Amino acid sequence: MSEPRTLLAIDHVSKNFGRVTAVDGISLDIRENEFFALLGPSGCGKTTLLRMLAGFETPSDGRILLDGKDIARTPPNKRPVNLMFQSYALFPHMSVRANVSYGLEMERLPAKEIRSRVDAILATTELVPFADRKPEQLSGGQKQRVALARALVKRPRLLLLDEPLGALDKKLRGAMQLELKRLQHEVGITFVIVTHDQEESLVMADRMAVLKDGKLLQCDTPHAVYEHPADRFVADFIGVMNFITGKASPDGVVAANGTRIAGKVPAALTPGASAVASVRPERIRLFPETLTANRTTGTVEVLAYHGLDLQLHIRTPLSPKPFLVRITADAADRRPVESGDQVELGWDAADVRIFAE
Amino acid sequence: MAPALVWLAALMVVPCALVLALAFFRRGIYGGIDYTFTLENFGLVFDPLYAGIFLKSARIAGTATLIAVVIGYGAAYAIAAAPRRWQPVFLFFAVLPFWSNYLIRTYAWIVLLNREGLITQLLRWFGYTGEPPSMLYTEGAVIAGLVYNYLPFVILACYAPLSRLNSELAEASRDLGASAATTFRRVILPLTVPGIAAGAVFVFVLSIGNFVTPALLGGGRFQMIGNLVYDQFLTANDWPFGAALAMALIAIMLLVLMAQAMAANRASGQTAETRDGANG
Repeated sequence: MSEPRTLLAIDHVSKNFGRVTAVDGISLDIRENEFFALLGPSGCGKTTLLRMLAGFETPSDGRILLDGKDIARTPPNKRPVNLMFQSYALFPHMSVRANVSYGLEMERLPAKEIRSRVDAILATTELVPFADRKPEQLSGGQKQRVALARALVKRPRLLLLDEPLGALDKKLRGAMQLELKRLQHEVGITFVIVTHDQEESLVMADRMAVLKDGKLLQCDTPHAVYEHPADRFVADFIGVMNFITGKASPDGVVAANGTRIAGKVPAALTPGASAVASVRPERIRLFPETLTANRTTGTVEVLAYHGLDLQLHIRTPLSPKPFLVRITADAADRRPVESGDQVELGWDAADVRIFAE
Repeated sequence: MAPALVWLAALMVVPCALVLALAFFRRGIYGGIDYTFTLENFGLVFDPLYAGIFLKSARIAGTATLIAVVIGYGAAYAIAAAPRRWQPVFLFFAVLPFWSNYLIRTYAWIVLLNREGLITQLLRWFGYTGEPPSMLYTEGAVIAGLVYNYLPFVILACYAPLSRLNSELAEASRDLGASAATTFRRVILPLTVPGIAAGAVFVFVLSIGNFVTPALLGGGRFQMIGNLVYDQFLTANDWPFGAALAMALIAIMLLVLMAQAMAANRASGQTAETRDGANG
């Protein structure tokens, strides 16, 4: 495989609104043809960053290089970047076809070419039967597809999507996540999606950036971010994590009750400093048969059936909050547990992540 | 429903019917009414002398409407673009003159436009020494008075759709490659046309029948139909002809209102049609 080419380089970009710093010196590269997610809680600066990529905000500092050319000060109608708005922003006085044609008319393309390109994208997005409808006559999912078609038909170098699935109900959202990924593959355009939903970015993104308070915390593949979070915030924000607070030791963390949790200690953490050991729910085994580095006992408090798996809340002496443990339906069949049961838990040192508290 | 009909009949239909009936009689020799049926009064309305006044009124009202819409839309656009918390303040000041008496507001223009009025004094202050410009008692003065008096209607009518407009629509248009001017022409303007139409109809209908402004700012001559009707009733004592003129005026206003209603209906009817077609 050839080295992935950088399409967009965000280079030390900051944005201040008065005395508020919305984006604080962010640098990251987005590669050609990738599905990239900007993830963070509300107010983390992800939408401001997106609006700077679209051209609706100008960076206070830094450069935005598209194909090596600085576009930080190029107006939105002059950059090969399109944005799919969170509200979809469909023109209510125009039909679906007119909405989708609008961007190509602005390029002053011949009517014939506009027609054929619009027909093609309407077919791709399964909107042909709705071409003559007005936006108000469409369902949420259909509106979302019109917004997508309207942006895609321009064949931008970069497509920005602001919370594209935010307005859809949960079931439709799941279907659209896969649909968006399929479409991105089909059209071969680089997608940058903004979302506050960590699950969404795990499912869809090739790579993702986690932002907080205008700063970039981590930028990597979903697998790497999930398995090796950069800090405690990322560990907590992405997926579910069990935390055990205590003091750092050379080979792990000593919990408040004196139990030693084995795990790899980051070099920056000096022994005796406040630290937190963490482990994912699916890495914890009940009644471990092999010898695991870390063991404890607990009482099952809540038992929630999720079809595919069983989620247990288990009270242990290690932390004030109960542990969340996920076991497969299969494992639950082999050795059923009920609430109130005393159980033994164990996990490997390799599955423990230790952070500064 | 029923109480509304009673009110409508008592306050609208009956008085209008009485005026309409009046128009079919002759003028008495010493004023008053001679109750013999005639169509002469309506024929007289089409006399070039009076038809000319109708046309002139329509021209003055049309010009005032055009100017009021351009200024009012611009003002409404600026207010809608201002920070949210300032918008009510700006609207308040835009509508403020409305709370003073119509006559006083019109008299204020006399003070401004007089031979040695405020505008002339301002010119003198800048060093102008020639003849004072003749501004009062001109068609321009009448138009200025009408525009000034009805401007708040246009601002309010245009502000409503402009303030409700999702700002992301303009951004989406820019994002898709449109310039600011194209965005205005193809997105903002079409979506705010109902406000413009409502404001324009208001100004036109109130202007074409107006008699106070042309009487005060237009001088003593017959400027507009309103003055003509006023004169027939109170000076010439020809009530039947005055009634016929008034009916012609009402007919024009109804035509304008119907045209607006039909345009609005067609706009919403189109969407309803496609909706039915799509569901069928």
